[in-house]
Amino acid sequence: MIGAGKLTFGEVVFNTCMSGYQEVLTDPSYTGQLVTMTYPLIGNYGVNSNDCESPRPQVSGFVVREASRTYSSWRAESSLDEYLRNSGITGIADVDTRALTRHIRAHGAMRGAIAPVEMLQADVLSKVLDQPLMEGLDLACGVSVNEPYEVPAIGDEQFHVLAYDFGVKAHSPKLLAERGCRVTVIPAETSVDDILNDPPDGLFVSNGPGDPAAVRGAERAILGLAESDVPIFGICLGHQLISRAFGASTFKLPFGHHGGNHPVKYLDRQTVEITSQNHGFAVRGGEGDKIPGAPGLRLTHVNLYDGTVEGVEHQELPVLSVQYHPEAAPGPHDSRYLFDRFIELMRERSRQK
Amino acid sequence: MPRRDDLETILILGSGPIVIGQACEFDYSGTQAVRALQEEGYRVVLVNSNPATIMTDPDLADRTYIEPITAEWVEKVIEREKPDALLPTMGGQTALNVAMDLFRSGVLEKHGIELIGANERSIEMAEDREQFTEAMNRIGLKVPHGGFVRTLDEAMSIVEEVGYPAIVRPSYTLGGTGGGIAYNRKEYKAQIQKGLDASPITEVLVDRSVIGWKEYELEVVRDGIDNVIIVCSIENFDPMGVHTGDSITVAPAQTLTDVEYQEMRDAAIEIIREIGVEAGGCNIQFAVNPEDGEMLVVEMNPRVSRSSALASKATGFPIARVGAKLAVGYHLYELPNDITKTTPASFEPVLDYVVVKLPRFAFEKFPEVDDTLGVQMKSVGETMAIGRTFRSAWQKGFRGLEVGRHGWVTSERPEDDGLQEEEVEGMQPLLAALRRPTPHRPFQLKRALEADIAVEEIFDATMIDPWFLDQLEQILMWERRYADASEVTPELLRYMKREGFADRQLAELRGETEAEVRARRWDWDIRPTYNVVDTCAGEFPAATPYYYSSYEDESESEPSDRSKIIILGSGPNRIGQGIEFDYCCVQAVLALKEAGFETIMINSNPETVSTDFDVSDKLYFEPLTLEDVAEIIHLEQPEGVIVQLGGQTPLKLARALEDLGAKILGTSVDAIDRAEDRDRFDEVCQKIGARTPDNGIARSEDEARAVAADIGFPVLVRPSYVLGGRAMRIIYDEPALERYFEEAVRASPDHPVLIDSFLEDAFEADVDAICDGTDVVIGGIMQHIENAGVHSGDSACVLPPYLLAPEALDEIRDLTRKFALELQVVGLINVQYAIKDGAVYVLEVNPRASRTVPFVSKATGVPLARLAARVMAGEKLADLDVPEEPPVPGVAVKEAAFPFNRFDVDTLLGPEMRSTGEVMGFDDSFGMAFAKAQLSAGNRLPEAGQLIVTVNEQDRQTVTPLIRRFQDLGFEILATRGTQGSMQALGLSSRLVYKVGEGRPNIEDHIVTGDIALLINTPLGKKSRFDDYAMRRAAITHGVPYLTTMSATSAACDALIALRSREREVCSIQERIESLAEPVSSD
Repeated sequence: MIGAGKLTFGEVVFNTCMSGYQEVLTDPSYTGQLVTMTYPLIGNYGVNSNDCESPRPQVSGFVVREASRTYSSWRAESSLDEYLRNSGITGIADVDTRALTRHIRAHGAMRGAIAPVEMLQADVLSKVLDQPLMEGLDLACGVSVNEPYEVPAIGDEQFHVLAYDFGVKAHSPKLLAERGCRVTVIPAETSVDDILNDPPDGLFVSNGPGDPAAVRGAERAILGLAESDVPIFGICLGHQLISRAFGASTFKLPFGHHGGNHPVKYLDRQTVEITSQNHGFAVRGGEGDKIPGAPGLRLTHVNLYDGTVEGVEHQELPVLSVQYHPEAAPGPHDSRYLFDRFIELMRERSRQK
Repeated sequence: MPRRDDLETILILGSGPIVIGQACEFDYSGTQAVRALQEEGYRVVLVNSNPATIMTDPDLADRTYIEPITAEWVEKVIEREKPDALLPTMGGQTALNVAMDLFRSGVLEKHGIELIGANERSIEMAEDREQFTEAMNRIGLKVPHGGFVRTLDEAMSIVEEVGYPAIVRPSYTLGGTGGGIAYNRKEYKAQIQKGLDASPITEVLVDRSVIGWKEYELEVVRDGIDNVIIVCSIENFDPMGVHTGDSITVAPAQTLTDVEYQEMRDAAIEIIREIGVEAGGCNIQFAVNPEDGEMLVVEMNPRVSRSSALASKATGFPIARVGAKLAVGYHLYELPNDITKTTPASFEPVLDYVVVKLPRFAFEKFPEVDDTLGVQMKSVGETMAIGRTFRSAWQKGFRGLEVGRHGWVTSERPEDDGLQEEEVEGMQPLLAALRRPTPHRPFQLKRALEADIAVEEIFDATMIDPWFLDQLEQILMWERRYADASEVTPELLRYMKREGFADRQLAELRGETEAEVRARRWDWDIRPTYNVVDTCAGEFPAATPYYYSSYEDESESEPSDRSKIIILGSGPNRIGQGIEFDYCCVQAVLALKEAGFETIMINSNPETVSTDFDVSDKLYFEPLTLEDVAEIIHLEQPEGVIVQLGGQTPLKLARALEDLGAKILGTSVDAIDRAEDRDRFDEVCQKIGARTPDNGIARSEDEARAVAADIGFPVLVRPSYVLGGRAMRIIYDEPALERYFEEAVRASPDHPVLIDSFLEDAFEADVDAICDGTDVVIGGIMQHIENAGVHSGDSACVLPPYLLAPEALDEIRDLTRKFALELQVVGLINVQYAIKDGAVYVLEVNPRASRTVPFVSKATGVPLARLAARVMAGEKLADLDVPEEPPVPGVAVKEAAFPFNRFDVDTLLGPEMRSTGEVMGFDDSFGMAFAKAQLSAGNRLPEAGQLIVTVNEQDRQTVTPLIRRFQDLGFEILATRGTQGSMQALGLSSRLVYKVGEGRPNIEDHIVTGDIALLINTPLGKKSRFDDYAMRRAAITHGVPYLTTMSATSAACDALIALRSREREVCSIQERIESLAEPVSSD
């Protein structure tokens, strides 16, 4: 065992990123999950205070083939093991993570536990079976901030963006701030009326863990702002919530997409982006660029691995969202243009006003 | 359809002979490209002078030209074939340079040929260091500062800014030829001069030293609509300062945070866009300061490379194949991922294993060469290992390297680890040794760790990343724990196997035998598992069976119930064992597939076609050791194992594999022994009445003296069981013999030394034949152009023979048949003969594939290795429709390529093989075929000018008529005193030229000045064999063509006459083979 060495439960998923374990650990979307890294050597470059996507590790547990006993990087401040231990996160090493990955691939993401060796297997198993399934679980509100906070614009402030926090990664507000946005990160439970009464220049709907179907409230805010032509940009869970708000449905993928190498085709341009992905649910797609149940939306991005919906735009309203993570961290920067698109939409609207 | 329909015929250029810096990775990439384009229905025309390649197999391209890869000859191919496009990115620097020559001279424009893959603009921008630096500045990336210089004065002013150590890189040379590191003013001046001489445009780049920085490479692929992917990241174990080809490299990058990696990835994408590689792959090298992460762009190659071959094998993403498809218009997402078959190629492979590449060196062949590793590449091959952890891949890599270590183990003798006795004593001497990178450094690292020198100290001395050093320390820690354990439990043994230790290593740690450890391990059922290289870390099922071993929880290799044959490859390339054997293995795979068998390939060489997962039905990327091979045999239970096609590497395993119950296909292990064991071989010779040179065996120095005295000097001595003439020497007297004997025993401790009478001035001939136990097919009889005493791998040879009497040829045929039948050969056999005064002597018999099999196959169009494989699998020659001795449609000359421009060694040829590769000249006349072979091997043939002749006394008679022919051709003759006198006496006048020390200007002055077109020099007797060394070196350095034997001089003369008098024509091998089937035409 590495880290805290406690009994811990979660949904077992695998992530195929070869670097970026610290960003993975601190990504709030992994709440409630035992994350298995498919790359066997983890911890090589240690941990530093700049690469966190949230203030602490968010995974329920961490599974690796080998946790490096030492680390080497000019950026490192401590070892992975120390970091996990200090954060109370339990991990396990020396696992045949490829066999585990193949098992999940065949049988789907499943509930599991990391348990101290002295516990009886049967006891652990019965406790695992007592854990709730991921479907129907609202984890997003649980990881949201309690109080709003502000990320100031870098350079001249051009727009004010509200960022709905369902487990936002630090990079999203940061990339908006770099583009001249003052970002107010607001709790998931923020009163919808408050939002609608003082509409921002743009609404950002963040990523987050759990089942989108279980998250209430946000949909009304999305529709309300959209109707008054406020540009809206969603990522991951945010994309699912936006799609659902316009009538689309979501479903659970067998073992999700977690990695930094999924090809996504941007249909408008016929180009391919290599994307950072982390989601267990997806928006149901239809024929051509149709989104069943949501006639207002059209498909803009598609996953070239399994054809699932990766992005939508509204036919008339300034609304766009993607299933994957253009903010990357970890992962490639190919999709950062989406932040620029969001800024453009806000700029267009401010010109029209 | 994105496929370009406006193109019909596409010309692909190969890379020519295997040389240091350009090896069989370009056969792999070229073969993939040819196949990829043919699949798309294009007509593919190929030019490559290297007959040992798979790409030049007549079955592959539509038209294959085994012709010189120079602008002049490629233009002739263009005139005949009228291609629409030229793909220049598959044949290394050679192909790029020739493509650019054709562009600059207007040939491409004249014939309306488009460069695809990379265009002239991007090639120029990437290749020209000045333009490249500007391009990087435009996109805000930094390069190691410095500047370009064309004179020594410029160089001296720039070094003021750059400081020492300074890196000198000549422009437009291959694998860093002529480059180096200068630590002071004196070294710098020398290095600048050398670099300016080496650069075809007399320009060198002086770089800021980033020695000790971390070194990374990214393999990048881009399609025509600007989709870019990174196929693989590579981190060098050896930091900056050691050429990446000589570095131990690891994939993926191990010590970069995602933030740093993504910054590098962004830079790579910017670079490929700015340089404008339109559709294809490129390799970009970065240096990263370990102190603060500062990142510099070192260089970019706008083509496939050694690293891209490695990346393809390391990830399962076939860069060359994809690159070829992109070049004809496809977009990345339109191509399938060849491993999963269900997902597209527009993705970035992820690994769930670690890949370690180790370079293989050949300094034992060049003992006088400085083995310090630097910016100029010196290695001749490489091995790759895949493991679930770095440590297991590291250990596996050393097993695969075949340098007598069965893992990462030190030698008993310090000198075998490159250390003096006193250097192993203390910490400071050891650290001092570690500061100088050499091939021994990995073993010295182990000695340092064994001496408990701290990782920090080792890091300071080597700048090898502490993470790697810690990994090595862990290996040592486990060794110690295992050695000290009170007993070996199944848990402990399993753990050690998972850590990557070989049985033999474990045996030595506890004073046991390998067999004991193996027996216990099998008893406890501790067996390797096999995992798949699947490009996606298990996210999707893989359709392609490409495996590596591990000791994990589940094995993914499911043996089928088909009839299977395992083919053992030849491991890392080295001098004497290279691409020729890979050719044979691949041919066997193809033939056996055709015959309905499941073919299973085992090999560890990432450069090869045999390790392309598209070739065999199943590929195990594993070292060729008894343990690794036996485990696969245990799992797969094949019908049999083929050991005779991969050179000595698999052959050495034959007996032990048979002892473990494996069935060796073809010629029996006992027959191999009868040919290799001198006493038993003599019995065979006596039985069939074959004459051998007087000989004997010596197991001690005393015996050696006695044998030599008995048969008389000169003698040819060599250790038994070696390939490539390792440690083979011609010895003229007893003191030399004594000196030699010590070395030879060290070269091969388990085997005695063979001593033969040396037949001076004999001709040599080589025969490749196939036997099925009843019938024998003579593949070809090759006559060596050099006299006896030059290793057959280094000698030029001609097929069919041109100076041997019909009686001698008949005797050779007869003896070859008798040997094959007596040894009950099933498969290939190679016999070497010497012919002196009409008598035929047998020099050696090798019941296995020889280096010349591909050459003979290309010359005759008869695929010997394929036929041999079918015969080994049980078929009969009579049923295979093969002529008893295939005719040759023309004259084929094989010439060797040497690393003399890289290594400061004497260029005189001898019995120890030193060539790295070969070329073939094919034409209707010997002269023209020889001329083509010389051009292909990079030996210019001057057509006029001043010729210096200085030969030993015994050659003076012979040389005179030859020189007269040169005079008739218009050469101006200069000769040294003795030679001049002898020639004068025979009526040939010449101008006197001084030898060094006789006066000025002397020969060396002439060579340096550059007013000499040709140097003819034979060594002046055994004593002064090295006296002319400096002169020959000067010729190499200054690019003056030279000839060192009378037979080569005569052949060169024939070649010059042919070049003067005959039409220079090219002809594809397909046309030549077809011409055999047609009635003889009048031209």
